[in-house]
Amino acid sequence: MSHRFHHLLAIEPLSREQITFLLDQAKPFQEFQRYPLKKLATLRGKTIALSFFENSTRTRISFATAAARMGADTMNLQAESSSLKKGESLLDTIHTLEAMKPDAFVIRHSSSGAAEFVSRRVDVPVINAGDGTHEHPTQGLLDALTIRDRRGQLDGCKITIIGDILHSRVARSNIHLLAKFGALITLCGPAMWLPRELECLAPNVRRVPVLEDALDGADVIMALRIQQERIHEPSLPADEYILRYQLTPARLRLARPDAIVLHPGPMIRGLEIDPAVADSSQSCVLEQVTNGLAIRMAILFELVAGSSDPQEHVKDSAHASD
Amino acid sequence: MRVIEKRQLMSADEIRRTLDRLAHEIVEKTGGAKDLGLIGVRRRGIPLAQRLANAIGASSKVEIPVGTLDITLYRDDLSTVAPQPVVQSSEIPFPVDDRDLLLVDDVLYTGRTVRAAMNGLFDLGRPRRIRLCVLVDRGHRELPVEASFIGRTVETTDTEIIEVRLNEIDREERVVIMDRVD
Repeated sequence: MSHRFHHLLAIEPLSREQITFLLDQAKPFQEFQRYPLKKLATLRGKTIALSFFENSTRTRISFATAAARMGADTMNLQAESSSLKKGESLLDTIHTLEAMKPDAFVIRHSSSGAAEFVSRRVDVPVINAGDGTHEHPTQGLLDALTIRDRRGQLDGCKITIIGDILHSRVARSNIHLLAKFGALITLCGPAMWLPRELECLAPNVRRVPVLEDALDGADVIMALRIQQERIHEPSLPADEYILRYQLTPARLRLARPDAIVLHPGPMIRGLEIDPAVADSSQSCVLEQVTNGLAIRMAILFELVAGSSDPQEHVKDSAHASD
Repeated sequence: MRVIEKRQLMSADEIRRTLDRLAHEIVEKTGGAKDLGLIGVRRRGIPLAQRLANAIGASSKVEIPVGTLDITLYRDDLSTVAPQPVVQSSEIPFPVDDRDLLLVDDVLYTGRTVRAAMNGLFDLGRPRRIRLCVLVDRGHRELPVEASFIGRTVETTDTEIIEVRLNEIDREERVVIMDRVD
């Protein structure tokens, strides 16, 4: 079956059908979040290695909660933990965890390509929870689920993404995903974070430097966090960013009246987003968090619940066929 | 290995009359359908539950709510089945707490589906009672599960398959016994 998966490393190689399948699979798990008893035994006896080589709070808690609600146990590796500080290599750390026989790895790492690197060296499914400036596929999927729920469909949406596009793996996963559904993607931000090469990521991607112009006609708006940890060149002073790029109620009115606002979090109120926008009925920030749980439960089910025969996985691997 | 049709177990007319009889039995043994809720087990339990609810509603003048239950997440054979199953929605539009629930499925065989369905219902609350209604009981139980209402009991061998075909899903209406042949 060509639409099934062995790993989830990136959105870019997935087909429209594979993405739709994963979004559909999340629906029963969205309903499950409303159950009074939020505990399944579906993955009982399975262990998920949550390997966060880079700091993370929300994504780590989301994966840990998703695993717990599916009945799985977790191993937790956190960026502050000592083996990383002592200088152990990525591969040695992964092999150490692998020796404890987890049934899947969830990996976050500051190097682009880290999750794929690990996937070639372990026998169990690997889920990319963010690799450098490359991709954050579960975030792309949860954003798509939120947009689809609010708009009714993904096809033909007009999305404006604001901020540090260059360093954003969230933006990349969203661009790849929405482009497969014929979205018009407008990128806006300071010139140093908006190189021309971004227009080559996917069809229908354009750069519009002035926010007021970029918001015209948009039905989805995504504000990004300024990622100080990934920026090495001199950056724009905060007050100038606020002046030109903050998503304010006045600017929001330039978009379609039913436009929705997304933010991958953590959100810095008063910097990239005005509190009045963050708390408005157009904001989907908390829906994104709930949908993140549903998407991650669906992905754990898809990758971990099935046959544990590695040969079978190789045959079914999305990457083997791509 | 091929699968061939061995014989017909029920015609469309027999299915209709069996469901009518089951609806009467359910009303008789329920003593007021006020708290009754029907839960169809995906997939063919759903149209059966809908038809039973209509018949019970018509005779007791109460609208009987119907929910649907997908048992995929509660199966005990997920690590052995291939290909990997697809999860679908359960839609139970009424609170199950303190309800008098009737699970409806097409065929009762090992009892494992019913075990999974009950686990699913417990995640939603604490029903006052759960009973089971099936169109066909074919034996070969692997768990201590029995139905409260049975349309037809039939002796089968291990290699046989009971196929309930319903208009809503299969565009034909009959129950057949299939057999695997080498």
